Amino acid sequence: MTQYSLNINGDDVQIDCHKDTPLLWVLRDHLQLTGTRFGCGSGLCGACTVLLNGVPVHSCDTPMWSVGSKSVQTIENKSNPTLSKVKDRVASGQAGQCGFCLSGIMMRASALIDSGVELTRDSVSVDLDGHLCRCGAHNRIIDAVLQAGS
Amino acid sequence: MPTPDSLRNSPKVSDWLDFTRDGYVAIKTGKVEFGQGILTALLQIVAEELNLPLEKCCFVAASTGLSPNEGFTAGSLSVQDSGSALRLASATARVRAGSQSYWTIAATSGWDIPIDVGVIVKSPDEYSLVGVSTQRIDLESKVQGKPSFIHDMRFENLLFARVLRPPTLESSLVDLNANKVPFGPEIEKVIVDGSFVAVIAYDEFSAQQVVTALADVSIWTVDSRGFSDDEVADFLAHAPADSQVVHDQGTFGPGTLPYNSSYSRPYLSHGSIGTVTAVAQWIDDSLHVWSQTQGVYPLRVDMARALGIDIDRITVTHVEGAGCYGHNGADDVAFDAALIARHVPGRPVLVSWSREDELSWAPFGPAMSVDLAASLSDSGLITHWSHTVRGNGHSSRPSTLPSPSLLAYAHLPGGIAIPPAGDPQMQRGGGTGRNSIPLYDIENCLVTTERLLDMPIRTSAMRALGAHINVFAIESFLDELALDSNQDPVEFRLRHLSDPRGRDVIAKVAEISRWGEKLPTGCGKGIGFARYKNKGAWCAVVAQVEAETHVKVTNLWIAVDVGLVINPDGVLNQIEGGALQSASWTTKEQVRISKGRVISNNWEEYPILKFSDVPVIQTEIISRPTLPTLGAGEASIGPTGAAIANALASAIGVRVRNMPLTPENIIASINS
Repeated sequence: MTQYSLNINGDDVQIDCHKDTPLLWVLRDHLQLTGTRFGCGSGLCGACTVLLNGVPVHSCDTPMWSVGSKSVQTIENKSNPTLSKVKDRVASGQAGQCGFCLSGIMMRASALIDSGVELTRDSVSVDLDGHLCRCGAHNRIIDAVLQAGS
Repeated sequence: MPTPDSLRNSPKVSDWLDFTRDGYVAIKTGKVEFGQGILTALLQIVAEELNLPLEKCCFVAASTGLSPNEGFTAGSLSVQDSGSALRLASATARVRAGSQSYWTIAATSGWDIPIDVGVIVKSPDEYSLVGVSTQRIDLESKVQGKPSFIHDMRFENLLFARVLRPPTLESSLVDLNANKVPFGPEIEKVIVDGSFVAVIAYDEFSAQQVVTALADVSIWTVDSRGFSDDEVADFLAHAPADSQVVHDQGTFGPGTLPYNSSYSRPYLSHGSIGTVTAVAQWIDDSLHVWSQTQGVYPLRVDMARALGIDIDRITVTHVEGAGCYGHNGADDVAFDAALIARHVPGRPVLVSWSREDELSWAPFGPAMSVDLAASLSDSGLITHWSHTVRGNGHSSRPSTLPSPSLLAYAHLPGGIAIPPAGDPQMQRGGGTGRNSIPLYDIENCLVTTERLLDMPIRTSAMRALGAHINVFAIESFLDELALDSNQDPVEFRLRHLSDPRGRDVIAKVAEISRWGEKLPTGCGKGIGFARYKNKGAWCAVVAQVEAETHVKVTNLWIAVDVGLVINPDGVLNQIEGGALQSASWTTKEQVRISKGRVISNNWEEYPILKFSDVPVIQTEIISRPTLPTLGAGEASIGPTGAAIANALASAIGVRVRNMPLTPENIIASINS
């Protein structure tokens, strides 16, 4: 067991866990932040995406020893205006069916918008290619991201 | 209006509506939400008939002993079944209440009054809530990342468990060698019961780590059968079958028909983005299971059979999981949880499957083949048509087979292997034979279904059942006949179709897709059409693709008729979502099996449609406010697959008859 000091969604927290424990399970089981989803455990579906210092990472294969002092943002974060805008657009556009993939997608989309790249249907699609959606809500999600970024 | 099935066991208003909380109605339905938006549609129906605002209506979670028994949430029947029952219950309540309030009656005489199946329900021109696009009641909490799924349940004293499944489909445990895996206080217990092995821990990650370590050291028997995917074609051709003529019209003379084609699809995986999960808790001799099942009552039946306990000692309560597209591992994991929790009396245990187990052990949509033959008259009309479809059955759902169909039951001491899957009756839409009878006017028509009786790979219901390949085959073959006789595919269909609502969706999709317009080289358009189950929604799809040896679907145009539309936005979501899922199955997906082991057990080995693969979609709903509502969840599956196949053939001039339409299968078709 190792003790870690983390900054999550603006709050400082202390965690005791094994150094190899993925950030995903610290969020879900230690901190009860269950909005970050387990989908595959090997970084292939994007469901567990969070932001580390503003950069999207797969929390399922991010061991705690690698997190260090980086700030962590999850879907529960209420103080990221871009993320809030993405959430609003996804909700108002009904851009989800089962919704299980949405947390990870919205985290990456907010980082994409903040990066300042030109947003087009193609650039958004390519950026989200590591995120799987099985219900087929893709087009509405793309539209919601484009609207949130405009 | 006929009495909906759902009312038979639940004939009173109080079976469906609860007015205990002042100002609110709590709706009891046996149907469950899994991302399709059904609860929102049912809410609109109830609010409309009770003259209440939407926000005054809420739901009671489906639970055995509490909710009406409506069997499974499946087959695009929820609005027809539960919606009709709730409409009658609500109208009965409105008429009974008159100028009194619902809550006054609840507090005095109560609502144990029979539902009047002859009650005058509102007419569509009085609707103010039904027919209006309505925001889903479940989506906001998911978007905010609030606890929304069964995975997020956090009871006090909750334990977490994972199961160690055998390495191949038919191997059994010889030696676990648990002593070779050191573990610490984070582990509560390792359970071994025959070939059923599970690890209970205080957190989910620790349970998975120990399971992974045990997989490396445990010894299992070699799979006696060792089925591999290169045997599938041979298996489909030769396995013993329950053969049934489901349609026989006109006469067939001696000799063979001049046109012949054969089509196939591989095993398909549900591939939900979240893995199946359940929570179970034993208190004394009673079991409570929280499950993402499609049917709380049928699951309870099989659970009682498998555990050998009285059904009244089990409660199954529905909690939403990730997207569900048929009989996946939801029931299996509920039974896993029940078995595991028995070892820690009083404590709730949450069990999730790993991604690898999800893609290996959930029932698959069956591999299937279709053989078609036909002849044309001199004027280019079809005179004879013969259709034979083969494959394993489409239902091994709980309570439908002679012995329990819960996965772990086969791995327990004395357990029985899961029997071969059955099929729903043709009158109920069929399984293997779903949509095998063409809706077209053909004078001499013979349709045979052959459900295979040997099941090397476990199969069960997956969205649209046999309709996916049957429509793919029928609509592909129609294009082959049209092209061979120099007829336009749309005109050819209309020449053979007197069904007016079918003609309307075909005409509408031709119009919005600008059918007949010239396309650049390497591009093609194709059409697909079906009426789901031949008695549900009508749907026609035009696909446009760019293709050489790889097919890229660039556009889909869809026209659909679901009768009275409850929630237009919900219908669009279901129709377009179904179309994209079908595009994924049809162009990309194939379960790979080697010597009894499913090797397509991760997203690299089982690729599905990605964001950059997604076509632009335009959908037109043909509204029929005065006609009964038909389900929208599965209607676009068959037509979309067929439209893509026809567009590909139009683009490259070669017919690809074996799904998936991957470069490998396209090149094989070019070479043959």
